[in-house]
Amino acid sequence: MSQIYFSEDHEWIEVEGDVGVVGITNYAQEQLGDVVFVETPEVGAALDQGDEAGVVESVKAASEIYSPVSGEVSDVNEELADNPGLVNEEPEDGAWFFKIKLSDPGELDDLMDAAAYKKFCKDQD
Amino acid sequence: MSIDWQHGERLTLEALEVRDDFLRRHIGPTEDEVSAMLATLAADGVADLDQLTDAAVPKSIRQTQELSVPDSISERQTQSALRAMARRNKVFVSMIGAGYHGTITPPVILRNVLENPGWYTAYTPYQAEVSQGRLEALLNFQQMVVDLTGMELANASLLDEATAAAEAMAMVKRANRKNKAERFFVDADVHPQTLAVLKTRAAHLGLQIVIGDAETDLEAEGELFGLLVQNPGTSGRLRDVSGPIAAIHAKGGLAIVATDPMALVLTKSPGAMGADVVVGSAQRFGVPMGYGGPHAAFFATREEYKRSTPGRIIGVSVDAEGRPALRMALQTREQHIRRDKATSNICTAQVLLAVIAGCYAVYHGPEGLNRISGRIHRKAEIIAEGLRRLGHGVVHDCFYDTIKLSVPGQAHKLAARARESRINLRVYDPDHLGISVDETTKREDLQTLFRVFSPKAGAALSVEGLDREVGGTIPGKLVRRGEILTHEVFRSYHSETEMMRYLRWLQAKDVALDRAMIPLGSCTMKLNAATEMIPVTWREFAHLHPFAPLDQAQGYQQLLEELEAWLADITGYEAISFMPNAGSQGEYTGLLVIRQYHASRGEGHRKICLIPSSAHGTNPASAVMAGLEVVVVECDHQGNVDVADLKTKAEKHADDLAAIMITYPSTHGVFEEKVSEICDIVHAHGGQVYVDGANLNAMVGICRPGDFGADVSHLNLHKTFCIPHGGGGPGMGPIGVKRHLAPFLPEHPLVDGVNPAAHEGQPVGPVSAAPYGSASILPISWAYIRMMGPRGLKRATQVAILNANYMATRLGDHFKVLYTGRNGLVAHECILDCRPFEETAGVTVEDIAKRLVDFGFHAPTMSWPVPGTLMIEPTESESKRELDRFCDAMIQIREEIAAIERGDADRENNLLKNAPHTHHLLTAEAWERPYSKEAAFFPLKQIREDKFWPPVARVDNVAGDRNLICTCPPMEDYRAAAE
Repeated sequence: MSQIYFSEDHEWIEVEGDVGVVGITNYAQEQLGDVVFVETPEVGAALDQGDEAGVVESVKAASEIYSPVSGEVSDVNEELADNPGLVNEEPEDGAWFFKIKLSDPGELDDLMDAAAYKKFCKDQD
Repeated sequence: MSIDWQHGERLTLEALEVRDDFLRRHIGPTEDEVSAMLATLAADGVADLDQLTDAAVPKSIRQTQELSVPDSISERQTQSALRAMARRNKVFVSMIGAGYHGTITPPVILRNVLENPGWYTAYTPYQAEVSQGRLEALLNFQQMVVDLTGMELANASLLDEATAAAEAMAMVKRANRKNKAERFFVDADVHPQTLAVLKTRAAHLGLQIVIGDAETDLEAEGELFGLLVQNPGTSGRLRDVSGPIAAIHAKGGLAIVATDPMALVLTKSPGAMGADVVVGSAQRFGVPMGYGGPHAAFFATREEYKRSTPGRIIGVSVDAEGRPALRMALQTREQHIRRDKATSNICTAQVLLAVIAGCYAVYHGPEGLNRISGRIHRKAEIIAEGLRRLGHGVVHDCFYDTIKLSVPGQAHKLAARARESRINLRVYDPDHLGISVDETTKREDLQTLFRVFSPKAGAALSVEGLDREVGGTIPGKLVRRGEILTHEVFRSYHSETEMMRYLRWLQAKDVALDRAMIPLGSCTMKLNAATEMIPVTWREFAHLHPFAPLDQAQGYQQLLEELEAWLADITGYEAISFMPNAGSQGEYTGLLVIRQYHASRGEGHRKICLIPSSAHGTNPASAVMAGLEVVVVECDHQGNVDVADLKTKAEKHADDLAAIMITYPSTHGVFEEKVSEICDIVHAHGGQVYVDGANLNAMVGICRPGDFGADVSHLNLHKTFCIPHGGGGPGMGPIGVKRHLAPFLPEHPLVDGVNPAAHEGQPVGPVSAAPYGSASILPISWAYIRMMGPRGLKRATQVAILNANYMATRLGDHFKVLYTGRNGLVAHECILDCRPFEETAGVTVEDIAKRLVDFGFHAPTMSWPVPGTLMIEPTESESKRELDRFCDAMIQIREEIAAIERGDADRENNLLKNAPHTHHLLTAEAWERPYSKEAAFFPLKQIREDKFWPPVARVDNVAGDRNLICTCPPMEDYRAAAE
């Protein structure tokens, strides 16, 4: 049974076992507007929680993607390079950025659940 | 008694002479209009401009004394004064080289571009639909650079070759993350000014420069992240640099080649030698030396580094009707967007000069360029051979245009003898001379040169005779193979008639100040008067080499001294450095000066730079480049600095506070009441105060940053002091400092005395290639101040404030004016809130901006400093009639929005969403819009008299950024689209 967590930097991570799938939230893609470029991390990269893991750019803004947890990148979504617009279309589904093997599942406690994140976004506006 | 036949009273001769006549030429509104406009303002008791000033500007910061710049003189007298100054500059035959070369600006380009307000008064092409002409000219520039350098992608210019090299160094560092080295190898045969600027830049980025011979020393050096090699070198040596390039690649580093585009016409490209980045100056493609600038530098690289490329890139996209359309691409890379994450110090470009360089290639075409370049090289060969015969040693046998001569112990003496014949040579050292040939070098110059070296034997040498015997200097493996400039644009406009019409055709696509006001907030698009502009292309200002001996540049020295004194008086500072070439570079320089000052007091650890959240994005970017750490200070709901937050942060960082960077009046267009207090707080905690001079147009003659507590400012001479924007450059960002900072202003490695106070301290390194930045455009600011005088300068400020308040009042009935200061007044600009329309009508600020195109206007500043708003700065130069014309357009657009709000117009298919409307649409068979053609094309009656037809419909930004194309598309694409 997988579980989804959210970061204050507007990443989501869906965790099953010790592997998490990371992407940016619907709220984040709405703020960015049409995404024109995505850079994903390299497979095998060791990331600490909060490390820069990639870049997402729209016509008007460029943002870094931060890893919500520590671990090793096990897979990246190659499709995003050719079709960055997928981030707008399926932000919390098909447009995942990378998969990471968690080294410290305890870090998930630093993240928010869906309800808390919803409130967090509301406070941002 | 004689009676004045016009007015019935006798005027004095002085009154008839109207010495200050220029005031009414520069300032738009007449006396009567000023009164009428004042009467519309809501603020009480503002019957005249002085009362308006009292009401708008806090009393505590008002300057008490009148400016002490000289009284105004007429336009004709100003020209005479500049003529006299110009005569003090001596234009010798320049054979100095070192990155600056004589060139012939083709007269068709001189007259139709450089001296044409249709080109030089345009703004940066953010609004692509009214900028297609210069975007195309810039695309030509990029294509030319790509072709000559053998690279895949080029930007649309950087400020100069030295800063281009510094940008390249920073880029290879960040683009090549795997390489963790912090050392950068610079081949010793680079121009000294390039090396000096690199050293300045590297020091504050924590990078180390290693200097050596790339062929012999590079491999033995340890880890390196990059290499810069110049080819041809500063010694003139031309070589195959693929060895050093392969060596740096073997270390996992990237290779930058600095080069000369004229040499590349004949020689193998750096791209073919394996370069990763190629930089250089396009100056000698028709842009006069101008005692150092302005010129366009170029930057070319490989496709894979496109997102790391500094500066502006023009890209091809499509418009809403599917036709090709140009725009500035990948803007999120840009410095002002990335703020403290920026890794570049470039915000603007050198558009006007890049346009000229591109046009030079268009006009001459590949064949013409081959002849020019061939002629230059031939003359260099003739000189080398002649001097060999006269018994002198030529150091490098393989050269393009520059010969390094071995003259043991004689260099200074021979250079002096050459000067007696009005020829400037370069002295490398007491034993070596440099002789550089350019497009302007004449046969007689060669003959004169021979006589300098040997009066008798030299006279016997015949240029024609030598010509028959020389050749083969460039070995086959270094000769360029294959055609250059194959695109049709470089093969179509070689007659003057064709070129003139091509330039006219491009120009007609753009909206510049010659068509309508450009009310860009924070950009001060005021009049660039003809009298101010004319001297720029005078021979004595245009054709001086920046490293020419000072006794040949006395006119420039006078200009610089007088302008320094006047600008110091206007700002309340005590010294000015003219070196920075743009506002962002001025910020960078000012912060370096602050750091150096702290270091001189043993407080080099002061590294915190406070920046309000409302600051322009270049501020945090410059701070980071200067090695400072940014701490953001909050703003209140009015956009003013939150003084309580500032106090807290200043106290918290008291031990390591370096500076605060603020803008005054604020970026929100308001005279903040507490600015003096803000300065005091920062000073009390050991910091220095940097005031961004972007909004100086609201202060001249009224208040001075130097008086209310600032220590440093950059002055955007291209805003407040009338240097035109050039369609996106040149800019000029000199900095003013208080006395205690003067010893730290930059010096120059090749020109003495640039900072007269340098002996008292430790100056920062140079930030530009040339000692006085873009010196040749300084006569513009000089002429402006001279013609306005103290009274005129103050009145300009007052009318700028009046014009902004008049517009805020008229438009305030239809839009919400977001911020106002005391008495409900704004400063010299105002922000209109367009955010509510998104909800009420589905209309965005972009829709309004594009709809303004249908009215023939360039939009105000969009979504800055507040997203979803328009910031309007009318300047003093616009008349009431023009302000009303713009207000009428905005009010009409508001009515169009209201129709959507009421449900009378469709939320998706309406006048705003479909704007701008092109002639293609008008002439299409079917008209399927739910509104009339009249409403689309002629929404106001007066537009019928002078309609601007946008050449393209709305440009698709997303398509352009997802699929970047930044070279010229095949002509068929345009033809197909036109059908």
